[in-house]
Amino acid sequence: MTTTTMSHDEAHHHGAPTGWRRWLYSTNHKDIGTLYLLFALTMLFLGGASAMLIRAELFQPGIQLIDPDLYNNLVTNHALLMIFGAVMPAAAGLANWMIPLMIGAPDMALPRMNNLSFWILPAAATMLILSFVVPFFPGGGTQINTGWTIYPPLSVQVGMSMDFLIFAIHLLGISSILASINIIVTLLNMRAPGMTLMKMPMFCWTWLVTAFLLILVVPVLAGGVTMLLFDRHFGTSFFDAAGGGDPVLFQHLFWFFGHPEVYILLLPSIGVLSHVIPTFARKPLFGYRSMVGAMLAVATIGMVVWAHHQYTIGMSLGAVTYFMVGTILISIPVGLMVFNFIATMWRGAMTFETPMLFAIGIILMFTFGGLSGVMLAVVPADMQYHDSMFVVAHFHYVLMPGAVFGLFAGVFYWLPKWTGNMYNERLGKIFFWINVIGFNITFFPQHFLGLAGMPRRIIDYNVMFTEFNVMSSIGAMIFGLSHLLFLYIVIQTIRGGRSLKKSENKSWEGAKGLEWEVGSPPAFHTWETAPQIK
Amino acid sequence: MCFKSIYTIKPLLLILGVLLLGTAQAEYGINFPEPAGKVARDIYDIHMLTMQIATFLLIIVFSIVLYSVYFHRKSRGYQADQNFHNTWFGHWSWVIVPALVLGVDFTIAHGANTVLKTVWDVPKEKDIMDLKVTGHQWWWEFDYLDHGIKIESRALTEDKAGDLYLRDVDNRLVLPTGTKIRFLHTSADVNHAFWVPELAFKKDAIAGYVTETWIEMDREGVFRGQCAELCGTWHSRMPIVVEAVSPEKFAEWVGKEKAVEEAAAAEASSEKSWSKEELMAKGEALFNTKCAACHQINGTGLPPAFPPLKGSPIATGAIVDHLKIVLNGKEGTAMQSWSSLNDLEIAAIITYERNAWGNDTGDVIQPADVKNAR
Amino acid sequence: MSAKEHSSHYFIPDPSPWPVIGMISLLSTLFGAALAMNGVSLGKFIVIAGLLLFAYLLFGWFRDVIAENLSDRYNKQVDRSFRMGMMWFIASEVFFFGAFFGSLYYIRNIALPWLGGEGYLGVTQEILYSQFQMAWPSAGPGELGGAFTPMGPWGIPALNTFLLLSSGATITWAHWGLKAENNQQLVRGLIATIALGLLFVVMQAYEYGHAYSELNLTLGSGVYGSTFYMLTGFHGFHVTMGAIMLIAILGRSMKKHFTAHNHFAFEAVAWYWHFVDVVWLGLFIFVYWL
Repeated sequence: MTTTTMSHDEAHHHGAPTGWRRWLYSTNHKDIGTLYLLFALTMLFLGGASAMLIRAELFQPGIQLIDPDLYNNLVTNHALLMIFGAVMPAAAGLANWMIPLMIGAPDMALPRMNNLSFWILPAAATMLILSFVVPFFPGGGTQINTGWTIYPPLSVQVGMSMDFLIFAIHLLGISSILASINIIVTLLNMRAPGMTLMKMPMFCWTWLVTAFLLILVVPVLAGGVTMLLFDRHFGTSFFDAAGGGDPVLFQHLFWFFGHPEVYILLLPSIGVLSHVIPTFARKPLFGYRSMVGAMLAVATIGMVVWAHHQYTIGMSLGAVTYFMVGTILISIPVGLMVFNFIATMWRGAMTFETPMLFAIGIILMFTFGGLSGVMLAVVPADMQYHDSMFVVAHFHYVLMPGAVFGLFAGVFYWLPKWTGNMYNERLGKIFFWINVIGFNITFFPQHFLGLAGMPRRIIDYNVMFTEFNVMSSIGAMIFGLSHLLFLYIVIQTIRGGRSLKKSENKSWEGAKGLEWEVGSPPAFHTWETAPQIK
Repeated sequence: MCFKSIYTIKPLLLILGVLLLGTAQAEYGINFPEPAGKVARDIYDIHMLTMQIATFLLIIVFSIVLYSVYFHRKSRGYQADQNFHNTWFGHWSWVIVPALVLGVDFTIAHGANTVLKTVWDVPKEKDIMDLKVTGHQWWWEFDYLDHGIKIESRALTEDKAGDLYLRDVDNRLVLPTGTKIRFLHTSADVNHAFWVPELAFKKDAIAGYVTETWIEMDREGVFRGQCAELCGTWHSRMPIVVEAVSPEKFAEWVGKEKAVEEAAAAEASSEKSWSKEELMAKGEALFNTKCAACHQINGTGLPPAFPPLKGSPIATGAIVDHLKIVLNGKEGTAMQSWSSLNDLEIAAIITYERNAWGNDTGDVIQPADVKNAR
Repeated sequence: MSAKEHSSHYFIPDPSPWPVIGMISLLSTLFGAALAMNGVSLGKFIVIAGLLLFAYLLFGWFRDVIAENLSDRYNKQVDRSFRMGMMWFIASEVFFFGAFFGSLYYIRNIALPWLGGEGYLGVTQEILYSQFQMAWPSAGPGELGGAFTPMGPWGIPALNTFLLLSSGATITWAHWGLKAENNQQLVRGLIATIALGLLFVVMQAYEYGHAYSELNLTLGSGVYGSTFYMLTGFHGFHVTMGAIMLIAILGRSMKKHFTAHNHFAFEAVAWYWHFVDVVWLGLFIFVYWL
């Protein structure tokens, strides 16, 4: 542990430590990256199971499987598990694995803190799961029936499980802030000599901006939920009109975090795309500079348009006009990004391995989600869409392709690098098609449900909404179960064996960058001497 | 945008629906229902405009991507153009693309802004009809501030509502056409949201604050909607039914409602001493509409959120405590204050709760007792 | 290996148990707190156990870091990582306080005027609170917590401002001593800073006692009480943390751990202390004065 002697120091330049200590005590970015990814995969299945239970309940009108409070509890937990448990840790896992390899650094800048930011996550997950199960114990109070937005006064009514949830959010916040500090410091301080910021791989750029956003907005969420905690237990009245507070204040604090959070989820995947598309189109990324500029613009505008999640709370004409125009303007940098990706594909020599299939899927479906986003940005029309199933469809079209498919693309793209084995391409392609078709069957009909008048977060609906709900539920089962195939492919690739090809150092013909110069799998320590960049 | 455009786009959407989903049928809504007023129609048009622009852009993006995927592939022997980003297009696209997108944005924002002003501009005229809408867990209260009447509106149970279950209520919100109506939304407990698609606006009911919207309906009909903001356990059971009638019919309806309310008030304020049977009968009816959503018809509740009344310490203990909790509610729970009910109603409900389901305390509470407890 | 060769490599620490211990301590602290807040008496003990473990963690982790630093294993690049890390940590703290200041602004300039009949949702007053007049300080239309006297700026708060500003000066003086390799000046400057900081905390505690017992100004006094205690309370907590950090630094200074070129820990604490100072100025102006 304490290593004040020199002899110890030499030891860690060799192979990996063994046994459980390797993982629990790790200070190695690759091991910690693996831990992040495994954690995310576990949470993906927990969140997915809750989603499938929700859709199973909605398969038919009436209340068949679960009671309304459990339903709302699942709605809450599905969101939190997916956002904080699956997507963010998976993106952090990619960052941990790839950033030091890409910039020629020996490890993350603060390796011990890196391990802390990972290990807080299981603690947070424990609290989150406790918040779900505590009501089932005697004296455990009522279930969390508020949705992940935990708006007061409803969240003040909930029993002790809400306190577990609030503390889980605190832990998740600490973890994200520590991880972000580490990533920013690594990117600013650890780049190989000669690698200027404008030569940095795009994935690193996206994470720099993401980490910056996290550091700025997560503390605000922490402040908001702390105020909620005080309102619940210590008699304050931040969100109580009788004492001069305002329930809407919480919504402002929440969405000041919540809207940038959308970009926090999206940007790392945009970064993955910026590597996948050039590799498989066999030509350089189109518009590197405009990409960086667009990303900075998205982050900046994204910080100041949060209230478009609350158009219906009663804001003055001036305020809604400002938030509407700001939100619509986001389409400019986002449009530029999508354009750059298409222009990278244009006149390339494309092949369609699984990562590229996901990339093209993202471009098409994310554009779709983005365009329904522009519709939602229009205040008067949002008076109709708000809190309907249309919104559910919209943000799943943004977050599934925009964030999760990007992560899938990243995993397939770098899995050969991590394991040294090529995954089974045939199975990868099958997974892509089942996944994408299942996804569309699930969420496309929800647009119509929303327009026809079905609110979101209801357990029971009128018979007029039956047909589309049946479709959506069938799609959800296909979509949900398809991830078992993903699990199988990943395990198969990790285990290797004779049926799989070995990966070369450069796993893909068109791949470029420092990460392809180290071995596949890379040695336990890489780039102990930094490469020189021309 | 002209209103007719929906008729051109609707078949298109249907075809899209059929193609993608297989079974979409005309009678199942896939777009907003037909608006019932000017504001609603403006909103409808801006919705169609943005949707058409979005569809158009989507088709362009899809075409370009699919073209590229088909022609620019290695298996066709296509050689990658390594200098594509160095052409004039590569150098200037970062200006061209944002300029084009800005143009689209401007079209949308301009149209939206005009509509926005109409929607937000609640008329300040004196003769506007004020309607206070209060959301409760889980029913709606409508106060006709100018007419002095009050309607409580609750979801009908499945056996009464049939196919309209979750879209039908016991007392409809009756409103006149051709009249400017100002809605004043507020909430008695947690946040709710009033949403009837034909009236085409949604406004949150924020606890302790009042938000405004307005409408002038131009056609008669029955319009159905639901609460749209998650408000706890029975969020799904807060339908809204608006019945738009001609001003004449509305006046007639107001007269009738007034008479009913006055009769009830007279009955409640009479000094009469009520028999247990009378109170029990009234109490059962009131309990089943107002209390049973949480405490259940058989008094067993849904613990832990909604405690049972059958054999509970409150319903079988001291009458004072029972009166207190009904009049003041219980802080931090869904149990709200019921002090807006009149003395007779509360007396009946409490008498019923103390004698039903084997709670046989034998207590009879008179309106005078409630009056003293207030 | 010579020291020179060493410093050409970026220092990667060996596997360490501290992060996992950190996880356990945080989990048990918060788990216990959630139980304690809901009347489960066991919760308190779990919190205490968690906090003790956390203290042990801080002690052990920093002991490792100090030992590594003293054995000259950190090169310039590592030092820069630490500095950047601390700066970004303080940036996140700025936004944490920003949430509370922002809430104060929202309540005073948007929400309360609505309740009082002005502004976009001014109709609220007409419908719900016809008796309520907008004023600041306010406990809202429900006058939660009963009548109270607000906290004026020109008593203890002004004195506290003076104390914190002086402590900012003394820590700078100590830094000059450190740069001039004058250990005596460093130690004296730190002792003065710590004394001023602790005095501030004592004064603040006295002020709270006064507010509760004589002014009837409590956490439950509507939004005024809520914002007042939330902002000053979190600041007071940060001052206490800062003072503990200063004491640790004082101990290291007495052991002569710092040199004119290698004293990141000192600077980190000094930055933190200045940050706490600046937050106080904001508090003094927006919470006490205006």
